[in-house]
Amino acid sequence: MFDKIMLLAMFLLSISLIITLYRIIKGPTIHDRILALDSIAYIIIGIVAILSVHLNSHAYFETILLIGILAFLSTIALSRYMERGVVIGRKRND
Amino acid sequence: MGVNGMIEWIVIILVLFGTSMSLLSSFGLIRLPDVYNRAHATTKSATLGILSILSGAFIYFFFTHGVSSIRLLLAIVFVFLTAPVAGHLVTRSAHRYGTPLAPISVQDDLQEVYDQQKIDDEKVRPVDADN
Repeated sequence: MFDKIMLLAMFLLSISLIITLYRIIKGPTIHDRILALDSIAYIIIGIVAILSVHLNSHAYFETILLIGILAFLSTIALSRYMERGVVIGRKRND
Repeated sequence: MGVNGMIEWIVIILVLFGTSMSLLSSFGLIRLPDVYNRAHATTKSATLGILSILSGAFIYFFFTHGVSSIRLLLAIVFVFLTAPVAGHLVTRSAHRYGTPLAPISVQDDLQEVYDQQKIDDEKVRPVDADN
């Protein structure tokens, strides 16, 4: 029963992944797409955590940490690029 | 139904809570009218859901395998610290980019602050002496 509930949780997270993909394809502005990509990264972190509980192995935790760092950095880079045209700039206020 | 059964129930409750939070946040992502409202939905409830799922995984591996994984704790702290910052930066970037608010919104305080700042800057140094 524990395994079945873990499979059910992964199925529900996959449904929310598909819903988020709809927002990426449809999204009217670019910031909707950035938000949806950020949300997809967190959903994938949850799927990997539940998968490692389901497979009873703790070999996937580096993936969680890595996807978290990549999601944060890519969101920061995309939003800074949309805000002022450069990713790493020197002007403090504009 | 010993200690392991109780731990399994705790893990089941945490994982299902996190999953339902994540599902609710993605429903908010498609139902809300505006990028700012969508950021409100995704960053807050997705963070809560993912933290709950990761805590469930940590409790499971701590009590069944005896592994206190420092990587999972690090991931929990990192997600807890960075997800609200990322949401804040996305909305700030959207507002500076000029993304319009939803038609039903009634008030834009940040735009008033920007306008007031622009007026103050022009008062301090005139425009034609700028460059």
